[in-house]
Amino acid sequence: MSDISRLARTLMKLDDKLADCMRCGLCQAVCPVFGVTHNEADVTRGKLALLDNLAHKIIQDPDAVEEKLNRCLLCGSCQANCPSGVSIMEIFMEARQALVDYRGLNPIKKLVFRELLTHPQLFSAMMRTAAPFQGLVMRQKGAKTYDMPLLSKLVGSRHIAKLPAKSLHAKYGSLHTESQVGVKVLFFAGCMADKYYTQLGEACLKVLKHHGVGIVMPSDLTCCGIPALASGDRKGFVMETQKNLDVIGRELVGGGIDYVVTPCGSCTATLKEWWPYFIQEFSPDQQKTVKAVAERVMDINAFLVDVLHVDQMEPGERHAGKVTRVTFHDSCHLKKSVGVFEQPRKLIRMNPDYELVEMAEADRCCGCGGSFTLFHYDLSKEIGQRKRDNIVRSGAAAVATGCPACMLQLSDMLSQNKDEVQVKHPIEIYAETLPD
Amino acid sequence: MISPNLIKDLSALLGAENVFTSEADRQCYSYDSAVLPPKVPALVLRPTQTEQIGEVVRLCYEAGLAITVRGAGSNLSGGTVPDTVDSAVILTNSLQKILEINTEDLYAVVQPGVVTAQFAAAVEAKGLFYPPDPGSMSVSTLAGNIAENAGGLRGLKYGVTKDYVMGLEFYDYEGNLVKTGSRTVKCVTGFNLAGLMVGSEGTMGVISKAILKLVPPPRASRAITAEFADVQDAADAVAAMIAAHVVPCTLELLDQATLKYVEADQKIGLPVEAAAMLLIEVDGHPGQVADEAAIVEEVLKKCNATGIHIPKDAEEKNKLWAARRNALPALARARPTCVLEDATVPRSKIPAMIKNLNEIAAKYKLDMGTFGHAGDGNLHPTILCDKRDKEEFSRVEAAVDEIFDVALKLGGTLSGEHGIGTAKAKWMEKETSKGTILFSQRMRRAIDPKGLFNACKITGM
Repeated sequence: MSDISRLARTLMKLDDKLADCMRCGLCQAVCPVFGVTHNEADVTRGKLALLDNLAHKIIQDPDAVEEKLNRCLLCGSCQANCPSGVSIMEIFMEARQALVDYRGLNPIKKLVFRELLTHPQLFSAMMRTAAPFQGLVMRQKGAKTYDMPLLSKLVGSRHIAKLPAKSLHAKYGSLHTESQVGVKVLFFAGCMADKYYTQLGEACLKVLKHHGVGIVMPSDLTCCGIPALASGDRKGFVMETQKNLDVIGRELVGGGIDYVVTPCGSCTATLKEWWPYFIQEFSPDQQKTVKAVAERVMDINAFLVDVLHVDQMEPGERHAGKVTRVTFHDSCHLKKSVGVFEQPRKLIRMNPDYELVEMAEADRCCGCGGSFTLFHYDLSKEIGQRKRDNIVRSGAAAVATGCPACMLQLSDMLSQNKDEVQVKHPIEIYAETLPD
Repeated sequence: MISPNLIKDLSALLGAENVFTSEADRQCYSYDSAVLPPKVPALVLRPTQTEQIGEVVRLCYEAGLAITVRGAGSNLSGGTVPDTVDSAVILTNSLQKILEINTEDLYAVVQPGVVTAQFAAAVEAKGLFYPPDPGSMSVSTLAGNIAENAGGLRGLKYGVTKDYVMGLEFYDYEGNLVKTGSRTVKCVTGFNLAGLMVGSEGTMGVISKAILKLVPPPRASRAITAEFADVQDAADAVAAMIAAHVVPCTLELLDQATLKYVEADQKIGLPVEAAAMLLIEVDGHPGQVADEAAIVEEVLKKCNATGIHIPKDAEEKNKLWAARRNALPALARARPTCVLEDATVPRSKIPAMIKNLNEIAAKYKLDMGTFGHAGDGNLHPTILCDKRDKEEFSRVEAAVDEIFDVALKLGGTLSGEHGIGTAKAKWMEKETSKGTILFSQRMRRAIDPKGLFNACKITGM
C-alpha cells in the first residue's frame, strides 16, 4: 500500500469524529487565527474539511494539509463554542501525529522532545550553562525585557526576560515537606515555572507552605508532553510522560498525596485530559498512575480556592502606595479546557493593593500557543496585538494570567509596544499578601 | 483551464495573496452549511477594497468564469456552493468597515463583509438597535443576510432583513456600479432595485455597500415561558395574543422531541412531559410592557398553559432562554448530520404542521425535533441522521419532500428564511407557477446574459 493510502487509512479512523462537523462555520466567530487572516483554511471548519478530504483521498497533497493544520494554536476556542460538540482537539492531535508519521518529524523538534525534554538534568545543565552568558547576546528593550539580535534565527525579534541563574529544582532539589493541615500535594511546576519564571515557582511554594500544605516536589519531573503532542510527536510525548509517570508513581506508592497541583493551565489540561486519552500507550503500572493523577490534578488557583477556601480567609493587608489596577487574561487551556476562571480572580481580590478591572475579550487567545509562536511568529504577534490593545484599553498597570506561556507572550507584546504594564501570575499577586 | 493571463491580471489587481489557486485553499470554499455535495471552484478571489469588486467581476465575466459570492459561507440552502468547477468564488469577508452610524437620521452605511453581530454591537454602543438576528449572526455578513433575506427570532414584531435595507450599491456583470435607494426614509427615485437584490442569492450582481435602517431600542422588556399539554393549546395561545393586539418581540416554540433532546444534553430541568413550550418576550415602553405582559399571562391561563414562569431577573431569564439557545446544538449533537429545514406555514396552521411533521418522522422512521418562530409560523423541523448511511439519507430526502408538500398544502411556503439556493430549487414551480419561473429566468438573462451569476440557484436559467 502506498504511503498516502496508509495515511488516508489512518485518518479514516477519525471519520466518525470528522462526520460530526455540520459545517455551520460558527468557529469563525472565535478562532484567533481566522480573526487575523479571514482564510477559511485557517478556521476549524476548513481544516476539518481538508482532513475529511485527505481521509477520502479527495486531496492528494498531505504537505498542504499539514501546513494548514499547523496554523492553529490548539487553544480550543472552537471546541468550546462548537454547537455540534465536535472533538476537535482530539482530531487535531491525532491528525498531526498521522502527518508526522507520514512525513517524519522535524529534526530539531526530535532532538528537543526526545532528548532534551526527557532528560531534565541535561535540560537544567544547559540552562545553567547558558544563564551566565546571556548578557553577551541580550539587549535591553523594556524594564525587564531584552531582545537577542544575534540569535534572531532562533528567537526572532522577541522581547524576553533574562534566564534565572538557577532553576527551581536546582535550588530546592527533591522537596518533601509534611502537612500541618492534613493536605499534601505533589507540585508539578512545569518547565516554565521551573526554569524560566522561577519566581512564580517560588511564589507557589511560599503560598503552599504558608497554608501548611505538605509538598512533594521530585527533582526529576520532566515536561508534561504537550509540546511534543502538539507537534505530532507521539513517541516524544510517550517518552516524556513515561518518565513522569515513573517518578510520580514512585511518590504515590506510600499514599498520602491528595492532589497534584500545577501553576500552568496547559500542564493541568495535559495531565487531566491528554495523559488519560493516550492511556493505552503505557504499562499497567503507569496506567494506574495516569488515572490517579487525572483524579487528583488541579490548577493551583482552583486548589487554593476550592480546596483550601483561602478566599474566605482574611484578605491581605493594604500597604502604603498606590493601588495597582490589574486585569486578568483567561488562558485558553485554563478556562476552556479545565474550566478555571473564577478562582484566579478571587485570589487577586485577596490583595487590597490591587484593583481588578476586566478587559474586553478576556478569554480570547493571546496568540502564544506554545510552539505555534516559534513557527508562526508573525501570526502570533498579530493575534497578540489585539490582546495587548485590550489590556492597554482596560487602563490596567498590570495583567495577570494563569499560564506561564501566556505570560511570555503578554510580556513580549507589551514590551514590543513599549507599554509599562507588569505581567504576573495570580499566585504571585496573592503571595505578596503573605509574610515572607 | 484558467488562463495564466487572467491570474496575472487578478494578482496585479488584488495582490497575489488574495488570489487563491492551490487545491487545499480552493477546497475550503466548496461547501457551506447546507447538507449538499461540495463543488471545488477553480479560483478564489478576495477584494480588499470595494472598488476592486467591479474589476474582479468584469475580468471573471469576460473570461466566462461562473461567479459565486461568499461572505461567511453560513447559509443553509447552498447559495455559496459553486455551480461548477469552472467557478470563481469572490469573498467579501475582508470588506468589514462600518462606514457610518448616523444617530440623527437613524441609518448606517456598511461594507458588505461586516459581521452581523459586530454591527449590532456597534449600533447598540451608539444607543440604537438593528433587529435582524439570524442564528448565524456571530459569523454571518450583512451582505450575506441581504442576499438571503435572513430572518431571525425577532421577525414577528421587527421584520426581517428586507425591512432594514434602505439602499444598496452593487456591481453588475460588466463591472458597472449600480446605485439604488437612499439615506432618506422616502425614496422613489427609479426602480426599487434594492428590493430585487434582497433575497437574490448572488444571482444579480455583487453588493459593495448597504444603507441600513436603525431603530430606537425598546426601553424595557419582560420574558415569560409557558408549557402546554397539547400543541393546539400553544397555537391557540399564540393566536389569542395577536388577537389581543399584543405583538411579542420573541415568540418561540419548542416541541416535545426538542425539549427531550435539550434536556438529555443539558440537564437544565426542562418540562419533558410537556407537548410544547413557548418562550415569549414583550418589549417597548415600561408601561406598555407591564400591560402587555399581564395580557399575555391572562391569555396563557385561558389557553390551558400547564405552567407559566416569569423570570425575576436577567439571570433567570437567561436560564430559561438556554432551552431555545441550546435547541439546535442539542439536536446537532445527537447524530452526525443535522438537516435543518424552515418550511413556514400561516401561524394558525402550526398545530396541523406539527402533527404532520410527527407523522412524517414516524413514517420514515427518522429522529426529528421541531422548534422555531411560532409567531410567524416559521418552524425548523430538524432531522437527525448520518448522511454516510445512504439508505437512511434516502428516507431523509423523501421526508423532506413530504414536509414541503404539507407546508404548501397548508398554504405555507418552502422557505421562511434559509433561501432556495439549489436545495429547494426543484420545488419552486410547485409553490409559484410556470410563469413565475419563466419571468424570473427572462429577467435573469437580461441581467446576466452569459448565465454566470449563481446560475443554478433559485430558478435556474
